[in-house]
Amino acid sequence: MLGTIPQDFYNEIAELMIESLNLEVKLADIDPDAPLYNEGLGLDSIDVLEIALVVSKRYGLQLRADDANNQHIFGSLRNLADHIAAQRTR
Amino acid sequence: MTATPLLSHNAPDQIVAWQHGRSITVRQFLADVYHLADNLPAATHILNLCSDRYHFSVGLAAAIVRKKISLLPPSLDPAGIDQLKRYTPDLFCLCDSAESPVDLPQFRYLPAPETSEVCQAVPELDHDLCVAIVFTSGSTGLPQAHRKTWGMLAYTAQAGARRLGLHGNNSYAFVGTVPSQHMYGLESTLIMAWQSGNALCHAHPFYPADIVQALAAIPAPRILISTPFHLRTLFDSGLEIPATDLIVSATAPLSASLAHQIETQYRTILQEIYGTTETGIIATRRPTLSNEWQLLPGTILLEEDGKMCAANLYIDPPMAVSDIMELCGSDRFLLHGRTADLINIAGKRNSLANLDLQLNSIPGVVDGVYFMPDETQSDRVTRLAAFVVAPGMEAQTLINALRQRMDPVFLPRPLVFVAELPRTATGKLPRASLQSLLDAHIRSRRADQAVHTVVPPDHPAFAGHFPGMPILPGVVLLDWALQAIAESKEMIPERYTINSVKFLSPAYPGDPLTLVHESSNSGAIRFDIRSDTRKIAAGSLLFNPPLPDA
Repeated sequence: MLGTIPQDFYNEIAELMIESLNLEVKLADIDPDAPLYNEGLGLDSIDVLEIALVVSKRYGLQLRADDANNQHIFGSLRNLADHIAAQRTR
Repeated sequence: MTATPLLSHNAPDQIVAWQHGRSITVRQFLADVYHLADNLPAATHILNLCSDRYHFSVGLAAAIVRKKISLLPPSLDPAGIDQLKRYTPDLFCLCDSAESPVDLPQFRYLPAPETSEVCQAVPELDHDLCVAIVFTSGSTGLPQAHRKTWGMLAYTAQAGARRLGLHGNNSYAFVGTVPSQHMYGLESTLIMAWQSGNALCHAHPFYPADIVQALAAIPAPRILISTPFHLRTLFDSGLEIPATDLIVSATAPLSASLAHQIETQYRTILQEIYGTTETGIIATRRPTLSNEWQLLPGTILLEEDGKMCAANLYIDPPMAVSDIMELCGSDRFLLHGRTADLINIAGKRNSLANLDLQLNSIPGVVDGVYFMPDETQSDRVTRLAAFVVAPGMEAQTLINALRQRMDPVFLPRPLVFVAELPRTATGKLPRASLQSLLDAHIRSRRADQAVHTVVPPDHPAFAGHFPGMPILPGVVLLDWALQAIAESKEMIPERYTINSVKFLSPAYPGDPLTLVHESSNSGAIRFDIRSDTRKIAAGSLLFNPPLPDA
């Protein structure tokens, strides 16, 4: 994807995660570069599957575990948002 | 002594597995098994962490051939691995990737260099041979070991396959979304394929698109072995799946509505399996036809010492089951939920007693309790909550300490810090008290907001504070803040602990005041009172839980 992604889009994805996973963090407290798994936001595979579903419904893209970038995509909020921005079909 | 062959396939060219779209024959499989078996270290206990299900199956078979015992722990957290090492000091792990996730001597999976034309013999295995030990998290904090003999696994797999109509060498290909390292996954995706002349698939699909791809990579007839959680996300994704003859679900009861939707949408049959780590699979049902579970032939339920137990040729003595069952005739039963202490999150089992023990073993935790809220949405994963008294401890520190002690699915969400737990006089924590604590927490998360007021010029406190120089006493200011915060959070303003409060500048008659408050992750409420840009006061307080009914 060319060009830069507006900050609003990171916030949109962060809000989507907080809402769909019922996370107890505030938008401002999410470090866009912190890992989503483990010590970062503390997500586990159940959460990841929930997010994948919400993302597929809203943005029309399917996440895949065999995508070589899968680890990278869930490496941080920024990576996830970048991936969605690049692959979205709606 | 009775023996059963490792595979029920009856020809060297029959397919026993699919790997990346390529078929693997009995001949190739046996070559891989014997090659790995010849190379495995001498130690008796093996932790098979191969993520490719075909590699796992070769590893398991090679271990069986060499009379090694495969260990299946409930999770791979560092504390759990330490316990395993104490239990079996000679433990090593078999991996098929460069990085092992655990601190154990490592042996890398290796396939046979070439397959000869000669097919090696299918091993005949004694029923008494111990092939695996499956662990559950005991309520005492120590894992409980359940030994699985070959006879037990083969017998259950054959009975299960027959019930599901999968026997008779029809070359079904099994795709599983459950790991092989789990009792249900081991039995249904692997041993059942071995013992019914069918083929397992190497993949362990995760996302809905992965499931579709894994099914598309193998020829019909196809079987999908999964859980309510995976099936709901697959169904909700709206993706079409290749023709699948049978979908099997286990780990938690599937809702009747989802079962109907799946059968209609995918033009398939949905069967549920009921089993436990201790007993293996003991019953099945087709939820679109009946709520009643039907026991596998040869298995019975009986009551012993007030507990429901399952028994068959290999479950001897009878084994207690921890679900609440109602018998309907000799071979059928209804499930009425779990006994209170047991929890099961996405197929991972634990006991509240054990989780409480782990929570309270963390230095700095004065008191703590886990709480399983009632399930609100079917086919979704309900998360655990925990309440802790741990003054001065950061939420992240506590979560990190828990992470060392348990599988991440058991990390509490939310983790709520409180000044004290609502214990009764006898020290008990009634479920209703914990539920109201959780309700209050959820309300308070929603209610963080700003409150405005104006200092009334005629407030009676000004009379004495101070002649000619009226300022609002700190106690009046604090009382206003307390009432306002308590009101917005529906808490009782009489029961609170003030952690800190600072009065930074005076509030004068007629000053507009703005109170902002927010709950921190530790449960404390930080508040801040300003008059325009001038800071008047700031502090932190904690509301105490309501007193339990005596």
